[in-house]
Amino acid sequence: MSKFKKKKGGDLPAISTASLPDIVFMLLFFFMVATVMRDSTLMIQNSLPAADQIQKLDKKDRVMYIYAGKPSSRYADKYGNQARIQLNDKFADVGDVAAFVLAERASKRQELQNVLTTALKVDGETNMGLITDIKQELRKVNALKINYTTRVGDYTQNMN
Amino acid sequence: MAKRAAPEVNAGSMADIAFLLLIFFLVTTTIETDSGINRKLPPTDEVVDPPIIKERNIFTVVVNKDNRLLVEEDVMEIGELRQAAIAFLDNGGGSGEEACDYCQGKKDPSSSDNPEKAIISLKNDRETSYKVYIAVQNELVAAYNDLRDREFARLNPLAGMTYTEAQKRYNDPRTSADEKGKLKPKLDEVKAMYPQKLSEAEPSKTN
Repeated sequence: MSKFKKKKGGDLPAISTASLPDIVFMLLFFFMVATVMRDSTLMIQNSLPAADQIQKLDKKDRVMYIYAGKPSSRYADKYGNQARIQLNDKFADVGDVAAFVLAERASKRQELQNVLTTALKVDGETNMGLITDIKQELRKVNALKINYTTRVGDYTQNMN
Repeated sequence: MAKRAAPEVNAGSMADIAFLLLIFFLVTTTIETDSGINRKLPPTDEVVDPPIIKERNIFTVVVNKDNRLLVEEDVMEIGELRQAAIAFLDNGGGSGEEACDYCQGKKDPSSSDNPEKAIISLKNDRETSYKVYIAVQNELVAAYNDLRDREFARLNPLAGMTYTEAQKRYNDPRTSADEKGKLKPKLDEVKAMYPQKLSEAEPSKTN
């Protein structure tokens, strides 16, 4: 007289897969959120120097990036091994920086045009001459807010 | 005895669990952002009448092409730079109107009068390596931050954070406008005590 009647029959019922889409979507969303999109492929070596007195660079839409460093091995025979500037997907000369900044500035919304920051992502092995030239160009077009993008780390890592 | 069938697991709440996990990850993951040292370049228009600055109020740092440091005419290792810069900024050697009542330095008359007047001048060579330049910048900014931390802790003993943490909170877009409003006067006060006056000379050419 038990209330719990035993079912008869032998086969295992199939495990419900109704929630599988949920799990897949969950993973999808997770990776969508956690992935950082890299908008330009780097054609240069770019190991950033380390620093610890740093400030975060928030709000991607207010930043324009200038890369510099020695061309990576794939491009070395074509472009030599002197440090070069990379703007978007192309190698550029110092003279192109001003035009690049103006074009970037024009592509941003009106209210952001005056608060743009230029992030300099420069390889640690670069000579300061190139960076000074870039800075002079930036001054010419009045892009005065800059950020030397670095890794987080102690300065002593830079000294060897 | 008859073989019993396993009862079917109720999967109705699976979606809820999935969403719970999804929301958990959404909240805890931070998208990696770039960080670095912020600097402001001087505008190009030349100052017609540059102000006269006393030699003792300038702290000269020169980095040569072999990445060696010359600070105030003396060779120095980079490890000592932060302390030297702090000693210079915090000297407070001035008297009368130029006296500095919060400085804890040696009050050496041959060093800076007042942190508000003290200028660090950084000069590098065209062949200086970028990473050494960043290391020097980092140490100079650290000197300012150390002093600001000290004054911030003295003025706001109950804040429970240092100047650098407070500044980080202030820059964080997630911080509420209310808290930002409270932080701003405190930060500005400390910033005015030790204004960051870091001047960069045009680099020397080696050829």
